[in-house]
Amino acid sequence: MNSRAIDVLVGVFMLLFFGAMFVLAMKVSNLTSLTSNPGYTLVAKFENIGGLKPRASVAASGVKVGEVAAISYDPETFEASVTLTIDETFIDTFPTDTTASIYTAGLLGEQYIGLDPGAEIDMLQNSDEITLTQSAIVLERLIGQVLFSRSGGS
Amino acid sequence: MIGFLQRFGRSWIEKVERLGRATLFLLHMLGALGSLVSRPSLLVKQLYASGVMTLSIVLVSGLFVGMVLALQAYNTLIDFGQENRVGTLVALTLVRELGPVVTGLLFAGRAGSAMTAEIGLMKATEQLSGLEMMAVDPYKRVFAPRFLAGFLALPMLAAMFSAIGVIGGHLIGVDVLGVDASAYWSQMQNATSFYSDVGNGLIKGLVFGFVVSWIAIFEGADCIPTSEGVSSATTRTVVYSSLAILGLDFLLTAVMF
Repeated sequence: MNSRAIDVLVGVFMLLFFGAMFVLAMKVSNLTSLTSNPGYTLVAKFENIGGLKPRASVAASGVKVGEVAAISYDPETFEASVTLTIDETFIDTFPTDTTASIYTAGLLGEQYIGLDPGAEIDMLQNSDEITLTQSAIVLERLIGQVLFSRSGGS
Repeated sequence: MIGFLQRFGRSWIEKVERLGRATLFLLHMLGALGSLVSRPSLLVKQLYASGVMTLSIVLVSGLFVGMVLALQAYNTLIDFGQENRVGTLVALTLVRELGPVVTGLLFAGRAGSAMTAEIGLMKATEQLSGLEMMAVDPYKRVFAPRFLAGFLALPMLAAMFSAIGVIGGHLIGVDVLGVDASAYWSQMQNATSFYSDVGNGLIKGLVFGFVVSWIAIFEGADCIPTSEGVSSATTRTVVYSSLAILGLDFLLTAVMF
């Protein structure tokens, strides 16, 4: 094999590698959404986050507008403190009385945060707190409520 | 009885001695890497021998592994109504585990054994001693280019394996089994993180490339210079490389995930 052919073939090999990395970065993984601008952060406190995990999606009317960045426990208010990152195209779109609720996608799916806008004129800014929150539905509490209401009724 | 214990102890001491020789060999080889900057043609030729020649087996295997993964994943997930997660399963399995490991095993079998046989034959036909007598350092001329080529080629091949495996999974999952195409890609993109999953897969590829190249070149350079010695060195390369890949894969997975 003359050295020219070898060089060409190794060049083709490198091109195939870059092609593979391109496919892996763009189509397989979520690099495209990571490189989009981070936007602004909001904090929401919940009594119970259920199965919410970091990087769960934040949706308004079902459209993904951001992600859950971090979840921590606040020992002063005894609530879970969830940090959301909202995409920068949605700056000044959510009023200060927006409700953040934890929903489940489908029946057995993973949990996400849904934002329901309110009616206020002032908009949420960076590092604001969403005051109106609705915790995740915990199955045991639901059963307990059903049993309690049944025994109370009869 | 005493004789058995003597032989047993001696064989273990010989193994440790061999490991020490291998480490010194590795350090000498790493020291010789600097000279490759002035002679890139050596590296290119070895990239061709290790990387390009392994390309066909890696691509074909990747395609079939991806297709099998999609098939098996579909059969299990359909029971839970979650067959649109085929993409996630295929991508994560390939990128995190099968890409680096299977490529490493294929590389050890194809390129690793070729490196060992070539260097073993050079030793047996006294070409290495000839080079030394001409004041050409065999570390710089023969060993270091092959080592760097193997170190670089393996993660590249692993990436190609994963990419074509995902495409193979799409062929079976979407075109044959009827999974929704947009669900295949979107579920996969949601679950696969570029830095954690693809990045860690590449790191695994680099580690495996380091170890397989080291084992292959050392076994060739340290073999008994007869035809039987070369043949046993070649089989030792494949066996030790495979064991090392699987063992390191467990360690790396435990650390990374």
